[in-house]
This record gives sequence, structure tokens and C-alpha cells, in this order.
Amino acid sequence: MKKQQTGRLLLATLTMAVLAACGQKADKQPTAPLVEINKDPYPSTYKALPSPATLITNVSILDGIGGQIEKGSVLFQDGKIVAVGTQVEAPADAVVIDGKGKWLTPGIIDAHSHLGVYATPDGPSHSDGNEATKPVTAQVWAEHSIWPQDPGFRRALAGGVTSLQILPGSANLVGGRSVTVKNLPGRTIQDMKFPDAPYGLKMACGENPKRVYGNKGGPSTRMGNVAGYRQAWADAQDYQRKWDKYAEEHKAGKNPTPPKRDLTLDTLAGVLNGEILVHMHCYRADDMGTMLDLMKEFDYKIASFQHAVEAYKIADRLATDNVCSAMWADWWGFKMEAYDGIRENIPMVHQAGACAIVHSDSDLGIQRLNQEAAKALGDGQRAGIDISKAVAWQWLSANPAKSLGIFDKTGSLEVGKNADLVLWSADPFSTYAQAERVYIDGGLAFDRQSPESWPVSDFELGQPGEGDVK
Amino acid sequence: MKKTSLALLTGLLSLAAQAENIAVVGGFVHTMSAQGSVDNGTVLIRDGRIEAIGQGIEIPAHFRVIDAKGKIVTPGLIGAYTSVGLVEVGSSAGTVDASYKPQDFSKAGSALDVSYAINPDNSVLDVSRIEGFTLAATGMSSTHTLFGGQGAIISLGDSDNLVKPKAFMSLSVNNGGADDAGGSRASLWPQVENAFAEAEALNGKALSAKDEWHGYLSKADVNALIPVVTGKMLLVVDARRASDIRQVLAFKARHPKLNLALLRATEGWRVADEIAKAGVPVILDPEPNLPYAFDMLASTMANAGRLDAAGVQVSIGVETHNLRLATQHAGNAVANGLPWQDGLAALTINTAKLFGIDKDYGSLEKGKVADLVIWSGDPLEAMQAPEQVLINGEAIKMESRQTKLRDRYLNLKRDTPHQYMRP
Repeated sequence: MKKQQTGRLLLATLTMAVLAACGQKADKQPTAPLVEINKDPYPSTYKALPSPATLITNVSILDGIGGQIEKGSVLFQDGKIVAVGTQVEAPADAVVIDGKGKWLTPGIIDAHSHLGVYATPDGPSHSDGNEATKPVTAQVWAEHSIWPQDPGFRRALAGGVTSLQILPGSANLVGGRSVTVKNLPGRTIQDMKFPDAPYGLKMACGENPKRVYGNKGGPSTRMGNVAGYRQAWADAQDYQRKWDKYAEEHKAGKNPTPPKRDLTLDTLAGVLNGEILVHMHCYRADDMGTMLDLMKEFDYKIASFQHAVEAYKIADRLATDNVCSAMWADWWGFKMEAYDGIRENIPMVHQAGACAIVHSDSDLGIQRLNQEAAKALGDGQRAGIDISKAVAWQWLSANPAKSLGIFDKTGSLEVGKNADLVLWSADPFSTYAQAERVYIDGGLAFDRQSPESWPVSDFELGQPGEGDVK
Repeated sequence: MKKTSLALLTGLLSLAAQAENIAVVGGFVHTMSAQGSVDNGTVLIRDGRIEAIGQGIEIPAHFRVIDAKGKIVTPGLIGAYTSVGLVEVGSSAGTVDASYKPQDFSKAGSALDVSYAINPDNSVLDVSRIEGFTLAATGMSSTHTLFGGQGAIISLGDSDNLVKPKAFMSLSVNNGGADDAGGSRASLWPQVENAFAEAEALNGKALSAKDEWHGYLSKADVNALIPVVTGKMLLVVDARRASDIRQVLAFKARHPKLNLALLRATEGWRVADEIAKAGVPVILDPEPNLPYAFDMLASTMANAGRLDAAGVQVSIGVETHNLRLATQHAGNAVANGLPWQDGLAALTINTAKLFGIDKDYGSLEKGKVADLVIWSGDPLEAMQAPEQVLINGEAIKMESRQTKLRDRYLNLKRDTPHQYMRP
């Protein structure tokens, strides 16, 4: 046995010597091709619905960037918005919809959903949102958990949601990659992925990580949390340097060995490179204050604080540092860091000049985000904060789109943008308003008037209530 | 004994001293009584009770006038199924009186009694009452026992908070109830039947400490069930799928004395006629329209409207920290087929009837307690809110911890730290 091993070693040494000799003979080392990381190995296969020329006329328009047009019209075709205004010419063959008494808005974008990763029916079989096995799991991607048959997607569609970000949960300091999807039911998640949307990274402050890991090796404190983020970024910087060095040496023809791939550090380095946007679950103002310093320490960008229940306490700093806050209208009290939740959080953040987003984090809330905005707007107005409905709609479309890096494509009714829009039966700030027609990329994805067209997930087929009004 | 009398007397005196006579004038008044809605109505309130309602009523001298012109006036709203006053912070912040880890004393849970646990200083009371809620049915939220204990009706006013102790007993016959009963409805229902048989066998006479007892339930638990089996205490049963609801109705048929209400009744619309025929009212959480479990597959927001159309009396308001969502829930039920007036009834008179407190609460009628709300507009609209709430005839301070936090941070440009600034 021992002898045989020695023989093998000898052979290996001999082979290397021969190869080296060959190299010397050629007088130049052959350079191995540059190893590059495929940044899109699970590409979008999204296909839009047919988008014939469609003109919605005589309708109250909230353009999503602060403008309101009465008796306006919107023309869209081939997935894009073609014209918005009071005098819009349409092709002769356009589908014309009279919007009298109705309202037209950009489609709602939910910056915080767990549809598909915590699908209904809920239970351990569908609990795919928290890889709660260690505090930093940047290597996991939410899209690898999402069940496109979650009936919640269809319910959200009936609530006017055209795009959403699906995030891992908040058990971990670094929970993993999020994904932004079009809310059009597909067979695989790739069928729903929003083309060319950047990835996000879910991170979490405060109580949840320390509760989950307090008895599992830590962190067990907020200071432990922060040490965990800092070490992760420091490791990512080191990883970046290794790859940079490799690229430089390769360029110099030194035929370097590529660094070992590390999926966790791939994602973290993607943040430091500015390719992946951080969405950070934080409740308390002081936690957010620390995170603002953390992002400066490691020179990355937090696109949004998620939940941000105390954002109203530091809204001025959030404005200065240009970090969005994605918030509920009124959730509070379910844990200590949610105890200081107030109803005016969203309008107060807006008032301070910071980016305010209405989010759901709920498969029910996502169905009525317009009502969440309405509550926040009413509460703000009563507190003396003067915001119009047209301006407030930014909380539902433009601002979430900005935080997700897709505002160049959607989030407002502007010529050239994706025709993601909702025709409401009435003023969408009313409890009684319902989304009548929901268009995604100009395709009619939901039509309340036509029950036979309502999407029914595979799970609901053959079950009580199949195809019912929901 | 002397001390108690003195305390009682002082209490009465202070109430009488506080009670201000008030006239709420000019509002559009939804009385929720046979009187219907009164435009430009006057509500006279004397000594904490309603003295008169109508148009053109003369306002006696010394009545403070509250102008409600252009406003909507409704009875105070009633939280239909809450844990208000029992939970301050839900998770990881100390004692939550709405939850219980089973102990030998009460393995079946029926002896639990929240009337000992209610804290009128709980911050949820202020937060809820400025949103128009003046009463709440409050009970345990997590017990893992056969019965969920005895709940109470509380007032969210400044005094006399315990309106009706031992107002109802809770029971869950849904998936969760089956899980707590050993994992199966096949075990759950025989346990319920046995508990009833044991309580019925006592013929209305509670066991004393001296009595010999060979039942399965503890003495405390079986005694607590006596008013339930005799129909004196309401039994609120959480049932979701159609077959569970049918089991509940069959149970009532076997125990005709039972005073019963259904909770959640997620698939109630499928058996709406049977519920109506049995005369069983329901408390709905009308928002969940997803198949969270296999016992709520046919959930739909149309449930409230369909049950109402079948003649079932519907209540809405299953929440605790965000009790204000109940108005939004009712509004959404209206958007999905419930008549508006019935949506408001689901927050007021229906709930008062369900808990047997409609003699004093639930509508604006002569002689009833003056719990009323003056709204900026339609109470079921998300953008509207109460402008003034009256409880026991007193105009409450429209303040909470939340409004104080808001006022502290409304202006962020300050030269001194915020915590040193008085609001």
C-alpha cells in the first residue's frame, strides 16, 4: 500500500516536470482563459401578455410622480405607454375603454413580500423563507424557494399589484438574495422574473437575529449583530481584493490561479460593487442610525430600510443619506422594537423629504396597499401634513420602483415606460374601490368583470371555492 | 367590608361629579335602533346616559353643546373578539396575560378567567378608543387547552372598565383545536361532549372543595362550565371549514340550552342557510381570503355579505393592537357585498346583541349608555377618523402614547434632544 502511494507521487512529480519542461521549451506559459462569474445563471424567461393598442379615456389619472389629470386619457401599445394627457389620439383599431368615474394609476409595487417563500397553505412544508442555520447566509437566493403556485400571487393581482420584491425572512443578519418579479402567474419562477431588475440582499437588524441565534451560538445581542455584519463586509472586501488581484494578474499575463468561488462572498461582493441593493429590516431609529454608519464604513448603499417603524424619529437623516423606508400604515406592539409605531410614520418620513414606501410584508396587506396609503394619508393630513393623493401615490409605485432599481422601467405613467397600470372602480383612496382591470406590460392580467378569466392556481383547482370571488 | 363600601361610595361620587350633560348637535346620526338615521340630529346626554335623540330637540340649560354639523355620529364601536387589556407587547417583552401554559389546576382551560387580568392602563385601550372603539370583548388568545377560558366585556372609558365579567367561554374546533386535543377532531369532539356531560351531571350545583369528584375535568374546570351548559354563558366556537360548522350546529341541536356564537366561520357562506336556521350569530375576521390551511380552503371576502344575505347576524372586529382595522374590514366587506348599514351594525348593535349587552350598549337609544363617536366622515372609509369619542357620556381625551410620540417628533429641527421637549 505504502509502496504504491510512493509510486503515484513519483509519477505525479515526473508529469509536472515534463509539463514544466514543455513550457520552457515554448518559451512562454499558455494563459488560461479568464475565469468569470456568471451573474445571471437563472435568467428571466418572462413573456408579456399580448398588448394591443388600448386607450383608456375620460378617467381620473394619478401619474405616480405627483400629477393628477382629470378627464384624462392614457394610450398604451406593445407593452409601453404611448401617450398620457387630456388630448390623446389613438389608432383606429385601439381598444377603447371609457373610464368615466374611474381612476387610473401606475401598478402597485410591493417592496416587501414573502409570497411563494411562505406560501399558503402555510406550515412546515411551505416554510421556505428563512435559512435559519447560520446568521450570514448571503449564499441563498429567494428565487430558489418561491412556489409560483402560491394563491397569494393571484390575490395580490386582484389588488392592483403588478410587481413585487420577494425577500428571504429576517431571522438572519444577512438573509440572502431577494428577487423582483412581475405579478403574472408562471410555471417557474424564472417565468416571473422582472427582466434586468437588479438583485437585492435582505439583511436584518435588531430582535429577530438575536432571538433566533441567541441559543444557537450567537449573535445574542444587538452589538453581536453589528459585529456580524462588519465581519461579513470585511470578508467580502478581502474576497473582492482576491478577485481584483486575479484579474490584474491575468491582464498582466501572469496566468494566476482564480480564487475559490464562495457563494456567500459572491453576493456580499456584489453589494460592495454596487450591483446588488441592500434592503434592511430595521425597526428602531437607533438601529437605523448605526446602519447608516455601517454603510459608510464599508462604502455600500442601503437602498431601503424595511418596516422602519421608528423612521419618523430620524426621517431627516434618512433624507440626507437618501435611504428609503418601506413601512406599514399602522402595525405596532407585536414586539418591543415595534412598540413606538405610530400611524403618521409614512407621511412624516415623506414630509422630511425622505423616500417613503408603503409595503405589505403580508399576503393580506399586499391586496390592499392602496388602503394602507389611504390610512397613512388621512392620518398625516389630520396631523397637519399637507400631502395630496397624487403625491401620496408615489409611496405605492415610484418610490418602491426607485428602491428596487426599476424606476427607469416602471412605477409611473410616463411615455416609454412599461404599461403597468390599474383601472380602479373609484378613488383608490376609498375602502370601497376595487381594481377593475390590471395591466402588466400592456397585457390585461386581471379583469374583475370577467370572472372566468380570473387566475386559479393549481393548488386551488378542484378545491372548495375554486374560481370564486376572493 | 367598611373599606369596600367607602371605596364604592367614593367611586359613585366621583362619577356623578364628572358626568357632564352634553348635547351633540347637528350630526348625521346613525342610531342603529328602530329610529334609523337622523339628519341634523341632536343627542342629549345626561348623567352618562342618552336622554333623547331627534331633530329639533330643545337643549336644556347647562348642557355643553358639541357641534357635529357635517359629521357622522354613530354608537361607540365594539371590538368583537380581542385581547385588549391583556397584552401590552406580544413577543419577548414579559408577561402576556392572554396566553397560558396548561397546568393541572385547569387542564381543560375553562376555569381561566380574564376578568382578573385586565389592565385598564394598557396602552392598547387609548390607542383603540381614539379610533372609535368604546367596548371590547376580550379573551385569551393562546392556551393550548380544550376551552379558551372565560372572556369579559370591557369598557375603554376612564373608569368602570369591567362591564361584564364571565361574558363568554371560548372553544376552538378548527385545525388548531384538533392539534391541541391530541391531533384529531376524533379526539376533540368526544372531549367536548365529555366535558359537557360532566358539567350537565352537576345539575347546576357547583362542586365545593369537600365534594367527592371522579370526573375527568378538574373541579375548577367543570364548575366553570355550569353556566355554559345551562345557557347562561355564551359559548364562542371557532370553526372554519363547512363540516366543522355543521358539527357545531349539530352540537347545539344535541344541547338545546346552549347559547352559541360562531367565530371566524371561514367557510360559513357554504352553510349559510343552516347557520341562519339555527339562529347562531357569527363573529367574522373577514379579511383572510387565502387557503391558510385545509380547513379554510373556500375563504373569500364575500363571506360576510353572503352570510348576511342568508339572514345570519354578522359581527366584525377580530384584532387587538390594531382594533381600528375593524372599520376597514367592515368597509371591505361592504365592497364585497355586505350592505353598508349592516357593516356598521357588525361593529355595534350586532355585537352588543351577541354578547347580551344590548340593553345598555350597541345603539343610540334613550336610556342606553352614552358611548358615541363623532366621525369626520364615513366610519368605514380608510381616510376618515373619529374627531371626538364619548364613553359613559364623557368626552375622552383624544390622546394616546402614539399621538404623544407623533407630536414629539413632528418637528425634527430642534436645538435640544427630543426627550427633553414637552409635547
